[in-house]
Formats: sequence, structure tokens, C-alpha cells
Amino acid sequence: MLSIKNLHASVEGKEILKGINLDVKAGEVHAIMGPNGSGKSTLSQVLAGNEAFDVTDGSITLNGENLLELETEERAREGIFLAFQYPVEIPGVSNLQFLRTAVNAMRTHKGEEEMNAAEFMKLAKEVSKQVDLDPSFLKRGVNEGFSGGEKKRNEIMQALLLQPQLAILDETDSGLDIDALKVVSDGVNALRSDDRAILMVTHYQRLLNHIVPDYVHVLAGGKIIKSGGRELALELEEKGYGWLGIKDEDAATDAAN
Amino acid sequence: MATTDKEVNELIKREYEHGFVTEIEAETFEPGLNEDVIARLSAIKNEPKWMLEWRLKAYRRWLEMDEPDWAHVGYPKIDYNSISYYSAPKRKEDMPQSLDEVDPELLKTYEKLGIPLHEREKLAGVAVDAVFDSVSVATTFKEPLAKAGVIFCSISEAIRDYPELVQKYLGSVVPAGDNFFAGLNSAVFSDGTFVYVPKGVRCPMELSTYFRINAANTGQFERTLIVADEGSYVSYLEGCTAPMRDENQLHAAVVELVALDDAQIKYSTVQNWYPGDENGKGGIYNFVTKRGACIGKNSKISWTQVETGSAVTWKYPSCVLRGENSVGEFYSVALTHNYQQADTGTKMIHMGKNTRSTIISKGISAGKSSNAYRGLVKFGPGAEGARNFTQCDSLLIGDRCGAHTFPYIESKNKSAIVEHEATTSKVSDEQMFLCRQRGIDPEQAVSMIVNGFCKEVFKELPMEFAVEAGKLLEVSLEGSVG
Repeated sequence: MLSIKNLHASVEGKEILKGINLDVKAGEVHAIMGPNGSGKSTLSQVLAGNEAFDVTDGSITLNGENLLELETEERAREGIFLAFQYPVEIPGVSNLQFLRTAVNAMRTHKGEEEMNAAEFMKLAKEVSKQVDLDPSFLKRGVNEGFSGGEKKRNEIMQALLLQPQLAILDETDSGLDIDALKVVSDGVNALRSDDRAILMVTHYQRLLNHIVPDYVHVLAGGKIIKSGGRELALELEEKGYGWLGIKDEDAATDAAN
Repeated sequence: MATTDKEVNELIKREYEHGFVTEIEAETFEPGLNEDVIARLSAIKNEPKWMLEWRLKAYRRWLEMDEPDWAHVGYPKIDYNSISYYSAPKRKEDMPQSLDEVDPELLKTYEKLGIPLHEREKLAGVAVDAVFDSVSVATTFKEPLAKAGVIFCSISEAIRDYPELVQKYLGSVVPAGDNFFAGLNSAVFSDGTFVYVPKGVRCPMELSTYFRINAANTGQFERTLIVADEGSYVSYLEGCTAPMRDENQLHAAVVELVALDDAQIKYSTVQNWYPGDENGKGGIYNFVTKRGACIGKNSKISWTQVETGSAVTWKYPSCVLRGENSVGEFYSVALTHNYQQADTGTKMIHMGKNTRSTIISKGISAGKSSNAYRGLVKFGPGAEGARNFTQCDSLLIGDRCGAHTFPYIESKNKSAIVEHEATTSKVSDEQMFLCRQRGIDPEQAVSMIVNGFCKEVFKELPMEFAVEAGKLLEVSLEGSVG
């Protein structure tokens, strides 16, 4: 489904990604692990089409289509979803309005009819329960005054509503207590399906106890230096990144943070 | 996302929808201003002698006044002798007696603007006074209003038919010597709207005036006077548009509101005068004095304005809170783009005990525009227990525009409480990226973010206007992302 070849990307002239190769098939869950500053967040931002990053070499295709030629919103409509590490607030715009606009943009793209307010309200209420968010959150401004955990649950709710082809979860576990982690993980597990892929970007192993990946990749200095199965994550937890000959801070500065 | 600024600047490019000119035979004065011109104007309107004297007194006063230069705006010096002070469509009789007698060209004009005046199609529940250049051309729903005892007519009619009311209140809130533009208006105002709501009457429908400038090289100087007698309520709306022209045109209006004991006036404006082209050529100079006096106890005056048009706006709808427990409110959205300049805000003058005021101002700047909030909150010695809450928020779109806040607070009473909050934010790259990542078009995203920013003000507008205002912002921002 997703194929990344020799991907190089830089921000403000500074190279962060230095030749990433990755293949993700439908139905698979991949975890990208790595120390701070290794380029994990940059990779998610580049996949989603953040124009602050320049792709200087390599290719990204989704189902054979060249993603690099598509604008951010076009990629989204093709099924790329990014759950943000730090979801931004949009004051005064209700979550409900925002989500319905997004869902209808996707539906229009697929040639489906737009959902009216009542239909959408019903759907959104159901999905909000799935991530344990009170439906009152739908009426509040997008992420406005949400706690860290509520923001993350709101992101997963959006993924459940938009039903993407490829869901990229950028440090979705950061800042979550153990109960919230459980809720978010349940949400992500509900997303798992044969025709969907999930790419989890995380610093810590603990998320992977809840969402068990098929593959684990270690990213350091802008490259994938090791790939393996579930056991690789456990090994990392036990031995730390030092075991692979990398220090937490020695990699390029992660400009996305 | 680094390109958002460029995109946003694209989005601000838009076409002005109401820029057409109506071809109609008009009677227009030669440009120039002197006592003879004022006498001629007064004669054409069959005004009583007291009115002419009032005007002349204002004119003589005005000659000694200086044009204000403290606003955060810049424009070439206006030659007041190059402006024509009267232009009206020619008509056979003195006044059309019914809508059937109104020139069809005029009816067509208003239809095109979305304000059908004709009996069959007129807006349900909203009475309209249509002012075209210097004269009122039609007023709808006069009869049902008269049944309720509400007087709703052009100010020219009111001067003839209700001289006592007009003499009592005209200039009582904004005296001729108040400021340069108010002085000019007092001398040369040509038409406008008069409303009187009698004691205890809740006006059965929304009242509105639609101002249209059509003729070239003329100024529009309208005068609006609304009096709400004890225990009455009225909601009034005004809308304004003008053709696209390369020359600037002057619009210097005066609006006076008077609320007696327990009366309420809600005054809403959607101002969409021609803003000039994308290079800053042409557009209306909107130099307006609007003030309401809460002279009765427990009275309330509420101003809501959505300002998207005009090349230069200089406007401070204000409240003088004399009556005990009286309330003043000001809700404003001012959007500027291209080379537009706005210096707008309010004055809340607390004189009476326990008077309260609320100011919510939302300024949106895009393009190379400049947008300033200027507000005065003043507590007199008698303003025991008075309170004000002010919130001024600025939103910047792109990086070539400016937002400024000039709050003034004067207090002569120690028990008065004032709260002031101000924020400046940008439509951020992160917000745009979030919206676009969810599949939303950049244009739709900007319009959604801006509408969200203005929500607190839009909810104060009457329903039909709120929808209209939202749409207007959308149009105003069209093309700001590409």
C-alpha cells in the first residue's frame, strides 16, 4: 500500500531524513521507534504533506500513486490520516462543525452524498463513546481547553470517523496516564482491519503492549537502522537505544518538535 | 506550511458583488458647499425655517473646525468643495405615494441587492427604508407599523410631519459641534431614517434601512434618529453598498439613539461599502458618528456591527449611560484586506449609578491592511458601582497587515470596575495544516477559522443577518489561499 524509497527531507536547509526505505501493506501495523531527534515526527509530517519540509530526494507512493505530487488535503482524501502529537486549538469552531466539514470533504471526494447535521450528530455521538469522550465535547471548540489526554482521544475519534487507508499515529501515547492509554489503544485496535495500515511513531515501548505491531523499525540519524518483529521493541526496552550504538541526543535535531 | 502566507494572500482577492451602477436620471447639485447650497437643499426638501437655521448654525460652526488627524489612518486631503451635496433620482411628483409609483429602475436596483421592496416580495418580518444617494425612495410595512403606533419614515418626512419629536431629539446625542464630520453632516444631511417607538410598545418587526450610494462625485450624508420611549423595544438593522469607482467617495453619517426608562434599542450594521480595488484605488471613506444615549433608568442600547467594506473607516458607535442601571453593549467584527484601513471601536461613558457596559471587538486583518481598535471607557463621578468588561481580539491573516489596539480608560469614581482582555493571534500554519490534513479545502479552512473567531459577535446579530454576515466574510476572504 505505502512504499517509501530513499526518502530525503530537510527543513530550513537542514537534512533530517537521510534515505528512508519502508514498505507497508494493507492490514499491517508498523511501529517506528527511535530516540528524540531521530526524525520520527519529520517522517509523519512529510507523509502528511507538511509544506514546512522539503523532500529533496526519493519517492513516496500510496497504492502506486505518487504522493509527493498531491497537496495535503488531497493526500487526506486519498486516505492518509495523521493523529497529531500536539493537536492545535481552533477557538470558536465547534468540534462537530469541524468534523462534519472533514467527513463531508471526504464523502464529496468519493462521490458520496454529504451528511446532514442530524445524521452526522448521531454518528459522532456513537464514535465519541468509543473513545470515552462525553458527547458534550462535540459542541466545544476544536481542542479548545481540552486536556492532553482529551486531545489524543479526540484525534483517535477523528480517525474512527474518517476511516483512513493509512493512519499515522505520532507519539499518540505521550502524556497519557495508564487509563487514557488503554482507551486510546482500544480505539486504535478498533481501527485495525485487513484493508487498513497503521504506522505508529513512538519513543516508548509501552504503547506496543496495547497495540501489538507486526513490524518494528528503529529510526536513528534519519535512517532506519534496524527492522524486526514485535520482539525488537522488547529488546529495546530492556537494553535501551545505546545497545544499537546510538545515544538519545546524538541524532539530528528533530525540527518538528 | 511555509507557503500559507502566500496562499492566504491569494484568498483575500475577491470581487465586490455590489459594484454595479444604476442608470437613472438624477437631479444633482454642482459640487461645492456654501450657505446658498444649504438653503437650496433645505428648500428642495420643503423644510421648515427652524431646520434651515439649525443647518446654517451647524455649517458656520463646522467652518471653524479642523478635520481630525488622530486616527490610525492615512488618506489624501479631502476637498470639500469638489463634492456634490445632493443627488436624487428625478421623479414626476414630489414623493411617490406608494411603491407602484417608485421608478422601476430603483426597484430593480434593490432587488439586485437582495432587498426586494415590492409588496409581493418584500422581506417577511423586516420593514425597509431604502435610501438611494440623498433621498429615501421607499419605506415598506408602514401601515402595520402605524397600527402599533410605531413611526418609521424618512427623516425628511419626520421633519415635516413630526417636528416636535425631531426638534426635541435631533442633535441631543450628537450635537453639531461634536466633531468635524458630525458638524458637516448636521449642515448638509439629506435623508435618513426616523423611528419612534411609543411607550410600552414592542416593535412588531425588525426595522431596517438600506443605504445605496449610486451617483459619482457625491457624498452621502444620512441622518438617523431612533427614539425608544419608556418600556419600548426596537431592533434596527442597516446595510450599505456602493458601485465600484476609481474615485473615493465620502460617506459621513450621524446616527443618534435615545432610550428612555426601561427601553431597549438593538442596532445592527452590516457595512459593505465598496472597499477599493486590490491596489487600494477607489472606495468609500466611511466617517461616521454613531452614539446612543441611555437617558432613562434600566435602559439598554446594544450596537452590533460587521464592517467589511470601505477604503477608510472611522467609526465609534458609543453609549452614554446616564440612567441608573442602564446597559451599553458593543459587539464588533471589522475585517480589512488589500489596502483597507479601519480605525473603529467604541466609547462607553458611564454617568449613572450601577451602569454596565460590555465591549467585544474582533478585528481581522489580511493583505496589506491596517486595523485598529480604539475604545474609551469613562466613569464619571456619579458612576457608583459601574462596571465595564472589554475584550479585544485581533486575528492576522498573512504577514503584511497590521493590528493595533488603543484602549483608553478614565475613571473619576473609585468604586467602578473595569476589566480588559486583549489577544492577538494569527491564522496559524498549524491550524491550516490540521484542517487540510483532514481533507478540508484551504479556503474553507480559513473561512471556518475566521467565522469561529467572530462567533461571539455573530450570535448577537438577528438570524438573517448572522447568516448574511458569515457569507460576507466568506466572500471577503475568497481567494486568500491558492
